[in-house]
Amino acid sequence: MLYAILCYHDEDMVGSWSKEHDASVMQKLSVVQDKLAKQGKLGPVARLLPTTAATTLRKENPPLVLDGPFAETKEQLLGFYLVEGKNLDEVLDIARDLGEANPGGTYEIRPVGYFTRGSAKT
Amino acid sequence: MSVTDTAWIDAALTSARPQAVGALLRYFRNLDTAEEAFQNACLRALKSWPQNGPPRDPASWLIMVGRNVAIDDIRRGKKQEALPDDDRAISDLDDAEDEIAERLDGSHYRDDILRLLFICCHKDLPPTQQIALALRIVSGLTVKQIARAFLVSEAAMEQRITRAKARVADANVPFETPGAVERSERLASVAAMIYLIFNEGYSASGDTAEIRSPLCEEAIRLARLLLRLFQSEPEIMGLTALLLLQHARAEARFDADGQVILLDDQDRSLWNQKLIAEGAALIDKAMRHRRSGPYQVQAAIAALHARAEKPEDTDWTQIDLLYGALEVMQPSPVITLNRAVAVSKVKGPEAALEMIEPLAPRLSNYFHYFGVRGAFLMQLGRNEEARVAFDRAIALANTTAEAAHIRMHIDRLMRDSQPRNVKAK
Repeated sequence: MLYAILCYHDEDMVGSWSKEHDASVMQKLSVVQDKLAKQGKLGPVARLLPTTAATTLRKENPPLVLDGPFAETKEQLLGFYLVEGKNLDEVLDIARDLGEANPGGTYEIRPVGYFTRGSAKT
Repeated sequence: MSVTDTAWIDAALTSARPQAVGALLRYFRNLDTAEEAFQNACLRALKSWPQNGPPRDPASWLIMVGRNVAIDDIRRGKKQEALPDDDRAISDLDDAEDEIAERLDGSHYRDDILRLLFICCHKDLPPTQQIALALRIVSGLTVKQIARAFLVSEAAMEQRITRAKARVADANVPFETPGAVERSERLASVAAMIYLIFNEGYSASGDTAEIRSPLCEEAIRLARLLLRLFQSEPEIMGLTALLLLQHARAEARFDADGQVILLDDQDRSLWNQKLIAEGAALIDKAMRHRRSGPYQVQAAIAALHARAEKPEDTDWTQIDLLYGALEVMQPSPVITLNRAVAVSKVKGPEAALEMIEPLAPRLSNYFHYFGVRGAFLMQLGRNEEARVAFDRAIALANTTAEAAHIRMHIDRLMRDSQPRNVKAK
């Protein structure tokens, strides 16, 4: 069974970490990740860029593009995609396509800052 | 207390500071009282959090505790100020994490932080005082840290901040929720101040870059904070992008001896790709609004440099156009000078030289004018005139790094005008 582990934290606070502290956290995490990767248990890992870089697409008809991250609390996170796009417009097109196939709800579009593919087979 | 605890609490106090001091300022309408209240709340946090665990919402906790402590102080007669009317209910609350904190302050969040930043931008304050004040009040850097970043003594910085605070106290910034026009004016002043903080760090020479680069990081943190409050403002996206894209080159800007390395000669593998990606993402977002502005244009120029894997891949035609747009928005001889560099790449040094000739009277004391002019003349093979321009640049250099850089050009001229030239003939 493949599981997603979703990371939540106070962005203001993580943003206030010193460079050294941030690097030491990433270093400690990479030790755990390496262990999991060797066991073939680690799938893709992504650290997202700050929510200020986020754009939100409300899947209405027509879809509504908003600046900033997803802010509603009535909706729950049900899944995610990783897609490659050369800029925001291309990714918004992809999101609109997906939204047409499955209207309703919201996509939050966040650029990825750090990414590794991992080693898990599935 | 473990090291992790300390790091956590430090980060929590730093990140909560703008909101907490902003709310306390709205409540007490006095900067010193607000700061003192926040300070007291921090002291209590340092005692309470390691024992009781972190509060769910550190900012609300600090606001409530800060208010209670300050009100108690006033009650005990330590202060002569009049009490605000609605203090009783709040003062008697022991549980600062109560939902009421959220309701009291959540709706003001945005304007509180904006006001706190805005009072630092007072028109009568010279830029250096604005920056020092913001770093002290909003960012919470110690006077010692700020003095170090400005390369002045602690006593001098203390005096500077005290004077700035007195000026701000007399200014009577209104505490009512601002209207739309006023809010956008405040936003523009604050954006300019954040850019000043960044430049204070960015304009450092090689030997001081490490001491001053925290100023760049702090400016970026404040810009992101501002953007979170005003998510749909393309110019704030542009400002944040501009700072990120410029700071992305920090590791490549100076050599081991602290000499400045020009963009063309920088090791591009040292550029921070994560910051570049974030800057580019913000420009993408800003462009969708089709409301261009100077920060967006400058960020777009920085992005074109950042995206070029090699100097010769740089899209100079596009940069020339963007500088053209910037000249219209903010006519300034310095921008024309920058544009001329792009023009020299697109149309050659002759066209570029012609473009900067008319700027001479206005830039007669500007180091970069003579540096750029010398470079164009050198490219045209007019070495004698180039030498004169470079000599003038050295006389006007602001830092030893700038002077050293020009001297390098002169050395090249000397080399070129000696045996090698003869051999070529």
